[in-house]
Amino acid sequence: MAAAATCGTGTRSTGSVVVAASRNNVTSFQRRGPRASGTDSGCSRLVSIAGTRPSVRNGQLLVSTGLPALDQLLGGGLAVGTVLLIEEDKYNIYSPLLFKYFLAEGIVTGHTLLVASAKEDPADILQELPAPLLDDNCKKECDEDICNHKTESNIKMKIAWRYQLLPKMEARPVSSSRFGHYYDVSKRIPQELIEASKWHGFFLPEKISSTLNVEPCSLNHGYIKLLQFIQNIIYEEGFDGSNPQKKQKNILRIGIQNLGSPLWGDDICWTENCDSSHSLTKFLYMLRGLLRTSLSACIITVPTHLIQNKAIIARVTNLSDTVVGLESFIGSEKETNPLYKDYHGLIHIRQIPQLNNLIYDVSDVKDLAFKLKRKLFTIERLHLPPDLSDTVSRSSKQDLAESAKLLGPGCGMTARGKKHLDF
Amino acid sequence: MFPELNNLLNTTPDQAEQGKLTLLCDAKTDGSFLVHHFLSFYLKANCKVCFVALIQSFSHYNIVGQKLGVSLTTARECGQLVFLEGLKSAVDIFFRPQEDPHPLQFLREANSGNLQPLYEFVQEALKPMDSGEAAWRCPVLLVDDLSVLLSLGVGAVAVLDFVHYCRATVCREQKGNVVALVHDSGDAEDEENDILLNGLGHQSHLILRAEGLATGFCKDVHGQLRILWRRPSQPTAQRDRSLTYQYKIQDKNVSFFAKGMSPAVL
Repeated sequence: MAAAATCGTGTRSTGSVVVAASRNNVTSFQRRGPRASGTDSGCSRLVSIAGTRPSVRNGQLLVSTGLPALDQLLGGGLAVGTVLLIEEDKYNIYSPLLFKYFLAEGIVTGHTLLVASAKEDPADILQELPAPLLDDNCKKECDEDICNHKTESNIKMKIAWRYQLLPKMEARPVSSSRFGHYYDVSKRIPQELIEASKWHGFFLPEKISSTLNVEPCSLNHGYIKLLQFIQNIIYEEGFDGSNPQKKQKNILRIGIQNLGSPLWGDDICWTENCDSSHSLTKFLYMLRGLLRTSLSACIITVPTHLIQNKAIIARVTNLSDTVVGLESFIGSEKETNPLYKDYHGLIHIRQIPQLNNLIYDVSDVKDLAFKLKRKLFTIERLHLPPDLSDTVSRSSKQDLAESAKLLGPGCGMTARGKKHLDF
Repeated sequence: MFPELNNLLNTTPDQAEQGKLTLLCDAKTDGSFLVHHFLSFYLKANCKVCFVALIQSFSHYNIVGQKLGVSLTTARECGQLVFLEGLKSAVDIFFRPQEDPHPLQFLREANSGNLQPLYEFVQEALKPMDSGEAAWRCPVLLVDDLSVLLSLGVGAVAVLDFVHYCRATVCREQKGNVVALVHDSGDAEDEENDILLNGLGHQSHLILRAEGLATGFCKDVHGQLRILWRRPSQPTAQRDRSLTYQYKIQDKNVSFFAKGMSPAVL
């Protein structure tokens, strides 16, 4: 899978050169096909898929998570074939936002979606996706084209007359080939975008009512059904390359909400010594197997703060590729802490995968906080607020110093130590 | 393979020791670079390698192997490398059940199965060829990693049994080597993992432990490597030799240096 992706870099750049050459028709320079750039033996020419880009470091194919800030922290985006695990915040307020951003990004770039939930109907989840923020130029042109359609006449350009020969730019407000878009959380996604997109829903109460004739296995029944559903979609729609006649390759974006919660029939959130303690880890392993052999990316939200057994959390983290933890300040003592007054919570990047590489991009910033503004979800580096008091107030300084100690114990994927001194 | 690590371990591909169990362990960091090292080391040493890769795909190891100077595809084609790709086989066995026993048969069983089919696979892969083909130096079993077997429902005792059987066949009978990676969960209180780690720690001849720095994240020093040489069969009259080095992982190499002697600091 990744070997094919390394050729994608070559294909993309040569494609743009060929287009420019045909437009000018001035020179007869014709670049040779990208056969010369393919180095790996037996790798197929991967036509560039909308909404993906190769990683700068190792040519791995990446998709956007819907939040350009998060993409940057993860080293450019989420690698195709991997799992992004979001550890939910305590009252599950901000993790659904990340989930929706991921799905909205899939709709805007034209990827196929697979939404699985035990709590809400996937159709309802899709109705609540945030609306994409398009370029202002694009929007303005669209409006002006509609009203000035008739008054457009052949106005000859006097100065920049070369530009008159170029075809007029067509405003396409729907499909976008950019990587990473911004979304407006206060608005809903337009209905026509949802209808134009291709999606599959898995709502657990509907699927589980059918009689089961599955041989007993230590996996939870709901998980087995979900795995079969995912495998069905991958196989039938050719995401694993099984239908070579498919004209256009596409990415399958899978979103699974609240995995591991009691709604899925799992009991790891109730007790410490549970009977089916291996259900979730086995499911994650099988999911990893499915993803590695297909063109898909997956986002999962897990309520890890409810899981009683710490060993299971460690195992779940090891079986996922990218792990991001959200910690919101609501209801905790940090809400009134002056250190955190500008932010809504902390975001911890707990793990980043090293795929096809010995090392990976590690960002220097370990203390990250997020803030949900009126329209956007931003991730910023946590700053200490400036000390602007006139008098030297000892109590406030002590508070700040103690809060600063809480920062960054869970920092870094490369090494974590007992103390919190970072170089 | 990393030349500096070879110097530290006092081995070269020509003089690889035989009949040893090497335990790779990582705590709070990622020790997979050690797996890549041993894989390329034994392939360069002309040994027959059976690689049970349970958590990553073949192309991942292949691409990193190419950076380290070995080609896994050619090794697999000429029979030097027997590669069991755990992820792909798991999907096959889960969705398309087969009748004949599969090495990962335990995935279909309800209660914690045993790893006998997996052992038989290893035994079959590493049995000496007597048909006059190119003789490889010694058989090597490499497992990445054993902790994931615990996540899949196999008990710690079953995994220890599996390693015991493999040691008896590969190390004793065929004078080969066994290398396995186990994650150390640290303060996550994973009892089964601790049983596995301690049990293997007492049986192994060489323990390589990659840990994070005690002071936290550092851009120039990625972690610390503890090397421990043991003699499990003899009574410990003498103390086992132990060395500690710090390392930094680069694109195609890992550089090792004494504690505090990182080039960034000096």
